[in-house]
Amino acid sequence: MSEMKRFHSVRLDKKLCKGCTNCLMHCPTEAIRVHDGRAHIIDERCIDCGECIRVCDYHAKIVETDPLESIRSFKYSIALPAPSLYAQFRNLKDIGYVLAGLKKIGFDDVFEVARAADIVSCAIRDKLRDPTLPRPLISSACPTVVRLIQVRFPDLIPNIVDIRQPMEVAADIARTEFCKKNGCSPEEVGVFFITPCPAKMTAIRSPIGQKKSCVDGAISMMEIYRVLRPHVAKMQNEEGLQSRSTHYGIGWAASNGESRVVCPDDSLSVDGIHNCIRVLEEIENDKFGDLVFFEGNACVGGCVGGPLVYENNYVAKNNIRKLVSAAKAKKNEDPAQAVPVSMMNKYDLYMDEEIRPNPVMKLDEDMHAAMEKMERMNKIIEGLPGYDCGSCGSPTCRAFAEDIVRGYFTENACIHKMREQLKIMAQRMVDLAQISSYEEKKE
Amino acid sequence: MSAVYREYKVEADDFTRAGEASADIKRTLKQLGVSSTVLRRVAVACYEVEINLVIHSDGGTLTLKVDDEGVHLKSQDVGPGIADIDQAMREGYSTADEEARSLGFGAGMGLPNMKRNADRFAIKSRLGEGTTIDMMFALA
Repeated sequence: MSEMKRFHSVRLDKKLCKGCTNCLMHCPTEAIRVHDGRAHIIDERCIDCGECIRVCDYHAKIVETDPLESIRSFKYSIALPAPSLYAQFRNLKDIGYVLAGLKKIGFDDVFEVARAADIVSCAIRDKLRDPTLPRPLISSACPTVVRLIQVRFPDLIPNIVDIRQPMEVAADIARTEFCKKNGCSPEEVGVFFITPCPAKMTAIRSPIGQKKSCVDGAISMMEIYRVLRPHVAKMQNEEGLQSRSTHYGIGWAASNGESRVVCPDDSLSVDGIHNCIRVLEEIENDKFGDLVFFEGNACVGGCVGGPLVYENNYVAKNNIRKLVSAAKAKKNEDPAQAVPVSMMNKYDLYMDEEIRPNPVMKLDEDMHAAMEKMERMNKIIEGLPGYDCGSCGSPTCRAFAEDIVRGYFTENACIHKMREQLKIMAQRMVDLAQISSYEEKKE
Repeated sequence: MSAVYREYKVEADDFTRAGEASADIKRTLKQLGVSSTVLRRVAVACYEVEINLVIHSDGGTLTLKVDDEGVHLKSQDVGPGIADIDQAMREGYSTADEEARSLGFGAGMGLPNMKRNADRFAIKSRLGEGTTIDMMFALA
């Protein structure tokens, strides 16, 4: 997959883009440039964090997801609701209502990703028992954090736990069980993830650590919520399906949900992409010697804070907290009790491909050439004002200097440099005018 | 032969800026395309050496040089110097004060960690004058 042109799900609506610098300034991988009056996304650098979507006042950043109608292209369809979907409903009496509602809007079956999270939790605990693995082990659940590591912290790749995301495990089990129950072939079944973020969409189209995704498509949580809400609101007790996940699995929807179950004592859960960068920088320095597990979520609050959700992330986090307590009151079960050992052995829980660095920061393939570019870059930086204003179309003066040595821009794009030159030119014109008037007088 | 040089001033006791030089060094190495395995070792050692300058020295400079041989890190401070280098190199030995310890530093692993991660490590010190540490990380 990595040899393919890198796919990402955040797109630009050219008609809506004003060419301002909001997105430019917030991109954690410096993947955006503004020129010719609009933003451009550098495909190889985009990690689908969705920061640009959040900050764009003109709603020019969009996410490419599959429409709900796409489930009709399969004979049967299965919905995989991320637990963050439950958090979209205030005072939800029973998670079963959401599951039953999904069947009402057209899916033939539903499989909770929270249940797969229970299985993944058990597998991660096993990994944590292995003393030969590096510390801290880093969660592989948030695809944006994994991509961030590929781009900015390639030396931490060996720390990423090589277990598939709950979404993948859910898809595998859901399809296998459905085919067995209904006597159909796997190709007849479309498995769709209900996604809170663009990164999961990308993880399906170009998977990391996996040759091929088990998921057929991703439908935006916002779109599903709109159709699903009236059904859930009407639902009565007897109509609901039973949720089969533990309160731990449901808890994965919010930040710390994973750590709480796999390593409650010696873990860090960090949410927000810029916070993740700060902490990964310190992990790289080996600053936390005794840290066992790191859970990073690109979105503030965890998956409930994804760019494709309906509810405010703080409200959603509170909704999850309530659902977790309710599930716990009903049945206080640990994933180790809830997940049969046979299930752990039957399905493939591990990645089958190496995670490779994505060295987009590298100035050149050849180190000597990279050194020369770097020296040129530093000379250019010395001559730049250091305002990081973004007017040139690069996010910082440093990035601008980098863009010049990479051949994307010329130094003239800096308006401050341009103004200096204009001043000199204006002075020269005055000088010239004086000389010519003197000449005239002489005549 | 081409080479890249960088120099960073590190102030004594300035914990708010501690780590900035390391961050810039790491970024430089990533842009040059230094391999992840070497990068990881340099990251650990350069953070330790920077923190040492902040905690123990009266201020100094950190110099980075990257050439065909490898990554060279040099730390030079203006004092106070180490009385007994053998003792300072021992794991768990630290002279860090209360303030540094309260911030989570001073576990006595700094120098041993640098030595473990570097391919070449040399330390010179004269009491009352200062300490110089030279480290080299081979590229291949």
